[in-house]
Amino acid sequence: MSTLIDTAPTRSQGLSTTTPNPRPFRLVRHSSALAKRSLIKTWRTPEALIDVTLQPVLFLIIFVYVFGGAVAGSTHDYLQFLLPGILAQTIATGAIAIGVNLNTDIAKGIFDRFRSLPIPRSAPLVGAVLGDVVRYVIVTVSTLAIGYVMGFRIETDLFRAIAGCLLAVLFALCLSWLPVLVSMKVRTAGAVQGLMFSLIMPLSFGSNVFVAADTLPGWMQAFVNVNPMTHLVASVRGLFLGTPLGNHVWWTLAWCAGFVAVFMPLAMRAYRKKI
Amino acid sequence: MRSGVGHHIGRWQALCRGQHIVTPTVGVDVHTLAALPHGTDISPCQPVSVACRGGVSGPAQTVRMTADLVIEAESLVKTFGKTRALQGVDLAVPRGTVLGVLGPNGAGKTTAVRILSTLLTPDGGTARTSGFDVVRDAERVRQSIGLTGQYASVDEDLTGRQNLELFGTLLELGRTGARRRAAELLDWFDLTDAANRPAKTYSGGMRRRLDLAASLVGSPDVIFLDEPTTGLDPAKREAMWDVVRSLVNNGSTVLLTTQYLEEADALADAITVIDHGRVIAHDTPDGLKRVVGGQTLEVRPSDPAQLPRTAEILTQVGSGAHADEIRKGVLAVPVTDDAALTESVARFATAGIAVTELSLHLPSLDEVFFTLTGRTAAEDDTTRPTEVAA
Repeated sequence: MSTLIDTAPTRSQGLSTTTPNPRPFRLVRHSSALAKRSLIKTWRTPEALIDVTLQPVLFLIIFVYVFGGAVAGSTHDYLQFLLPGILAQTIATGAIAIGVNLNTDIAKGIFDRFRSLPIPRSAPLVGAVLGDVVRYVIVTVSTLAIGYVMGFRIETDLFRAIAGCLLAVLFALCLSWLPVLVSMKVRTAGAVQGLMFSLIMPLSFGSNVFVAADTLPGWMQAFVNVNPMTHLVASVRGLFLGTPLGNHVWWTLAWCAGFVAVFMPLAMRAYRKKI
Repeated sequence: MRSGVGHHIGRWQALCRGQHIVTPTVGVDVHTLAALPHGTDISPCQPVSVACRGGVSGPAQTVRMTADLVIEAESLVKTFGKTRALQGVDLAVPRGTVLGVLGPNGAGKTTAVRILSTLLTPDGGTARTSGFDVVRDAERVRQSIGLTGQYASVDEDLTGRQNLELFGTLLELGRTGARRRAAELLDWFDLTDAANRPAKTYSGGMRRRLDLAASLVGSPDVIFLDEPTTGLDPAKREAMWDVVRSLVNNGSTVLLTTQYLEEADALADAITVIDHGRVIAHDTPDGLKRVVGGQTLEVRPSDPAQLPRTAEILTQVGSGAHADEIRKGVLAVPVTDDAALTESVARFATAGIAVTELSLHLPSLDEVFFTLTGRTAAEDDTTRPTEVAA
């Protein structure tokens, strides 16, 4: 009357109901479950949203009222010029947080639990990246909201304005694989922050965010003209204000694809190697 | 809390098997099992394999179960830089049994568990869990294991319920399935009241229960428990033991690491002792206790003048050796049977001897190591006082 003999057959029956008869889109389903986890965490710690709420507000106020008169002759003209740039800059720095969070998260037990589950190894990373889309949407909304209070106006139409916002969110989403990679490679969260800021800062200041590119010395223009941030800002400006779009949208999309193609596989590899 | 978990054992059985309760028996009676005959030729520093008893059964089943190994590791080697964490470890766990892996901090217990649960790749040797190679078939191994330990934990920002539902979703239970399973587990682990609070607000005991619940979401065949009771107070430790016993009653196979011989004795069918990445002994709890000297009965008479008469009684109930004064006013004698405790109490009462301390001790990990290796456990953990000078 061994419990073994009694229960062994039902064990396997029990198993078949819980183990995946592999349904399609596993990665998508698992990643979205894990993205929901990120969202809950964001919701629980609203103070972690300061970089995407307060920062664009401060930057807009400081730059418009301090430099507006000197750079553009009038604060309103400068606000129109600057807002797309500030949106691009804060959304790019907003992508740094995922690296910082992953670096602290991965040291905790939860990632080991994920790795012991029969899910794609990449799902926890993809989930974390997708969960941060909410943060990018918040940057966009808070930048536009304070901009409108200060007198910024969209000069095109709703459709193109939304396209501009989506492009900025997509850019941050793709760029965020870089901080994810960095977070796997360096030891502390502080190092992720430091390294990422020193990468993002030259990109955002060495661009057309604050001034028109043609005012810069020639050697710098060479950098500015290939800078992905320049293409994003020019695209958003065009979509918000009706300035010439040129090939900027295509260049931006190409950079986005490039970020994902390069940094995502590297980040995945680093994640697998990490312990 | 203890009664809470104990109370839920019956429902546990149904939970784990997805069927009605099969046996009314609660818990595996280690002492009954221990009374069964078995090979005992254990010798220190020379790992020997012992036919595992594993269940209340005759020889036929012993043979079947020896062949039916759910976890088997051969010559596992793992090196971290210059640290040789595992230097050729063999482990074998028959279906439906508990293997206790005993060793001090840094002995390699956790490394072994991480390899068997696919979190680490071994540098040498092979390991199979549930019949699948942990390197080549890692994905299939993951479908049949549950992992609870110092590391495999839950998300502290999520509530208990959200954690369990997340794992249910990841284990393909579907939205309703995950929700139902989470509710069941919360109920069984007495966490329903705390279900909607973030896990970081949980007490140590609640946290361990949630960790264990999280590893049971997928009704795993094989459960790894890495030091499941380290840091828990005695009552919570016993509650956790009840849970482990009920899992085994339901046919799960458990590999448990611990620093406490008491814990291994209470739960395990067999014990493997690891030190410095090597197996230094493998035996049944009783076989191991025989080697390391079994239990010690310690008594402190209220009146020091009674020491000689107390010693006399202790020598009579003990296993033959003479009772010694191990600390000022405290007498100790080796005993082979738990009954010595009750017997001595009865005799003290008859003799009119009042005692202020009376306790039964298993040898500490330090003593086990001293006996097996001739030295104390170098990285011994200090959370538990060593009762007897080695």
